[in-house]
Order: sequence, then structure tokens, then C-alpha cells
Amino acid sequence: MPIIETRNLTYTYPGAEKPSIKGISIKIEKGEFVLITGPSGCGKTTLCRCFNGLIPHFYQGKLEGEIVVSNLKITEHPTSEFARHVGMVFQNPENQLFALSVEKDIAFGLENIGLPREEIRKRVDWALELTGIYQLKDRAPHELSGGQQQRVAIASVIAMQPEVIVLDEPTSFLDPLGAKKIFEVIHDLNRKLGITTVLVEHRLDLTAKYADHIIIMNDGKVILDGEPHEILNLQETRLIGVGIPKATRLYQILKADGIKLSGQIPLSSEEFAGKIREALNNQ
Amino acid sequence: MIEVQDLYFTYPSGVEALKGVSLSIQNGEFVAIMGENGAGKTTLVKHFNGLLKPVKGKVLIDGVETTKLSVASLARKVGFVFQNPDHQLFSETVEEEIAFALKNFGFNNETIEKRVTWALNLLGLSHYRKTSPFMLSGGERKRVALASVLAWDPEILILDEPTIGQDYQQKENLRQFISQLRAQQKTIVVVTHDVEFVAECNPRVLLMHSGKIVADGEAKTVLTNPETLTQASIVPPQIAQIFLQLSDLGFPKDIIDLYEARETLLKALQRYIP
Repeated sequence: MPIIETRNLTYTYPGAEKPSIKGISIKIEKGEFVLITGPSGCGKTTLCRCFNGLIPHFYQGKLEGEIVVSNLKITEHPTSEFARHVGMVFQNPENQLFALSVEKDIAFGLENIGLPREEIRKRVDWALELTGIYQLKDRAPHELSGGQQQRVAIASVIAMQPEVIVLDEPTSFLDPLGAKKIFEVIHDLNRKLGITTVLVEHRLDLTAKYADHIIIMNDGKVILDGEPHEILNLQETRLIGVGIPKATRLYQILKADGIKLSGQIPLSSEEFAGKIREALNNQ
Repeated sequence: MIEVQDLYFTYPSGVEALKGVSLSIQNGEFVAIMGENGAGKTTLVKHFNGLLKPVKGKVLIDGVETTKLSVASLARKVGFVFQNPDHQLFSETVEEEIAFALKNFGFNNETIEKRVTWALNLLGLSHYRKTSPFMLSGGERKRVALASVLAWDPEILILDEPTIGQDYQQKENLRQFISQLRAQQKTIVVVTHDVEFVAECNPRVLLMHSGKIVADGEAKTVLTNPETLTQASIVPPQIAQIFLQLSDLGFPKDIIDLYEARETLLKALQRYIP
């Protein structure tokens, strides 16, 4: 039974002439790491806003079709009920931080679901450590840099240990090493705690290797949906304008040159280098 | 030309953001400034248009110290596109947003109309002419901010994190667009974390760490040196990662370009083609 399922989902923002997403039917299984990508303005963020009921409850507008998250029909339950099931990290961290200290921001959700004091303390410290911001716990979120704010937003969501975490370009302001470490933390939580993870990203060089499932959108529709190695190898993916990882591209170019490397198409530098090493050792 | 001589800057909070930076950027050069969060990249480039003035040391634009010029007069020469477009957009329509600075610089209506249309076309925003910038997506708002600066045709263009929220095609457009500006002898300074974008553009790269410049050179040299990259919290581009992992097999380490990678691997693997 999928943890998120949509059937023919179409949504139009209030006052908009055209729907932002059209006829979306997808299934996300429990424990999956899903990557959603596609050209800017294709509806990725709009789709994510449906996963915790922000659409339609907060944004209003016109929602058609069906969406079920954690066995609950989105239209029949308030957003507050989804807060326990689905954690969201928005594109712009400024939009989700409001408390006077980082620690309080992270504790806010935990207090709201009525956890005991001790448990709150434990979870806050755990989230601060994982995201590398323990030393910032007494600072005011609005005084932090964009990268630091993104870490706070991620910490406040993982502290809740929801069933599903939805992250919309969560590391765009972080430096590359910082971003890599955050993706590793998220991937680790997905593997160890089985938290279903939905990540919206353009930078597949950094993220494709973590995904079990990739969804490619264009112009409000889902165009491709499946296993990453398979999907990223399709000509169609490249034509939509998805920036496939360089390692994948290099493999395709060499293949066209007549070089046949073993196994499935690589998504990371490690996978690619391994294939070259194997080819040179075998011959 | 931008000259920075032994620049120090301390914020009122006491944070020492720049600790002795010296560099020069020639007219028509294309430079990428990279480094970890808080390294001082944005603080450095804010000195180029006089938004910040040195605590110690000097910054000269075309030979004139920035302390002797107003931000308004520097702005005409040095265009600055901020990291977060929401910090710079405020008008009711995209068109008004782009026209705003042009009006302030005293261009006549006919020129303003021409420049606005030109900038809208250039960045693929024509159909949003009458739309509010706040109705647009993050990536689109970024392009409006860029259009509003390009419209007044500054000689030096500073782009703070231009690729954030941009998809592959838009980054490709930005890359082509930068090469067009270079053909017109514009000076371009990009502050960015996007190693793949830098690897594709192949500019001069400055790496910053803790208020200082720790590396300065060609992209293919700077982006393939794991020690200085780690110090600056940068991960090598994916092509470079591949060759760094294979360096024990005798492959060269300094490759960042897809087609150079192809040539090198073809040579090594050719004799194994069945």
C-alpha cells in the first residue's frame, strides 16, 4: 500500500487561468527515496504542497482528482493532522523559521504533538548534532546565513521523525561539502529509520545516487516515473532538459563511441570509476 | 578593472569577514569566487560596488578608490545581482521592476521602453511583462532580478549565486549569455557553490577560506586539487572525481571537461574495443 498516492490530480491556484499540475497519478511506497525533477516552473513545488494538505487547505484554489497520504484523504483532514505524518522543508528557509532561538524553532513541532519534556530535549539535541548546528542553538534564526537557516529548517523537520519528509531544494544555499553531508544524513535516516523521503532537486550530479525512484515532470505533468538508472538513460530525459549526472553522460558518449562497459549505467563518479577500473583489469 | 589591496573588513558585530585580501581583475575577465559558507565571498564582492567600504586596505574601480565614490555612481558601472531575488524586487509588475533603475539613471522613455523589451526577451520573460514578480517561481524571480540589472548595461557584472533554483536549460542559457557578455568585453564576477556550472564555464577560479584567498588559477587546476578544495568546503566536479579516483592507474588528474574526459578514456580503452 503506497504511503502517498494521487489519482488524476489537477490543481489550479486561485486567480490562475491554467492548472499548475495536470492529471498527476503517482504512487510513492513506504521507505522509498524519491527524487522529483524537471524544468523550473513545471509544478514540482505545487505537487509537494499537496503532500501535507497546504494545497488545498492553505492555498485554496481548485483541486480535482484524489490524493491519499498515510491512508488519509487530504481533502477530508486539516493540515494540522498531516503535520505528524509529513515534514516539509521549503525552498526558502526564511518562510518557515519564526522562533527567537534555533533550539525553540526545532522544539516547536515537538511541543505541539505533546511529547514529554525529556524526549523533546533528546530529539532537539539529536537533530542539532545531525545537521551540524549544535553551536548555533541559542542564536536567532533570522540572523543566520541562508545556508545555516536551511540546516535549521531540516533539523526542525527531522526532529519530528515523521513518516514522510518532503524537501524542496533543501541545500541550495549550502556550500558543496555542507550539501553533501546533509544529503548523506537524509539518506541515512531514510535507510535506518525507514523515513519515506521526497526530494525536489535540479542537481542530479549530487543526488541521483541516493534515489530508488525518480519522477520527471514537465509543464505540470508527470512525464517519466521509475527506476533512476533506467529513467536517466532515456533519450527523452535529456530532451526535456534534465541535467543528467556527468558520469551518466560520459558513459553514454563512450557507448556511442563503441566502448562497452559492464553492468548498468552509472549515476555517480564511484560507479563510473569502478567500471573503468574493471575494464582495464579484465583485459 | 578591479583592484583590491590588502583588504580587511569587520562587521559591526565583530565578525572579521576579510583578513588581508589582494587581487586584481582585468577588464573582460570572467572570475568565479568559491568557498565555504561564511568564507567572505559576498562580503568581498559587496566592496566592488561600494555597498561596503574597507576597514583597512583599498578597493579601486578603474583606478578610483570606492571610498571616493557614491554607491549610486558606482552602480552605473558595477551591476550587482543579489543571491535572494526577494531582497531586490519590489515593483508591481516585472516591467516596472526593470524600468525602475533606468528611470533613476535618467534614461528617456523611449530608451527605457527599448531596454526593458530587450532585457525581457534576453531572459525569456516577455510573457510575464505585466505579471507581479511575486507571482513567479523562485527561478523566474531570479531572472527578473538579473534582467533589471542588465537593462542599464553595466561594465562590470556581479552575480551572487546565479544558478540557485535554475534548471539545466536555464543554466545552459546563463552560460551562453555570459559568453555573449564576454564577447562585449564585460567583466563578470560570479559567486557560486555550483561546481558543475563552474567546470562547464571554465573561468578563472578564486577559492576563499576564512576571509582569505587560498587558491587562484585556472578552473581545471583549482577544481582538481583535493586539499585546497576540502579546505574551502568544495567537492570536485563529477568528472574530476572520476579521474581523482583513477589516478593510481596513470590517468591525468586535472580533467574537468566532459569531452576531454572522453578523449582520455578513449585512448586508454580503444585497444579493448571488441
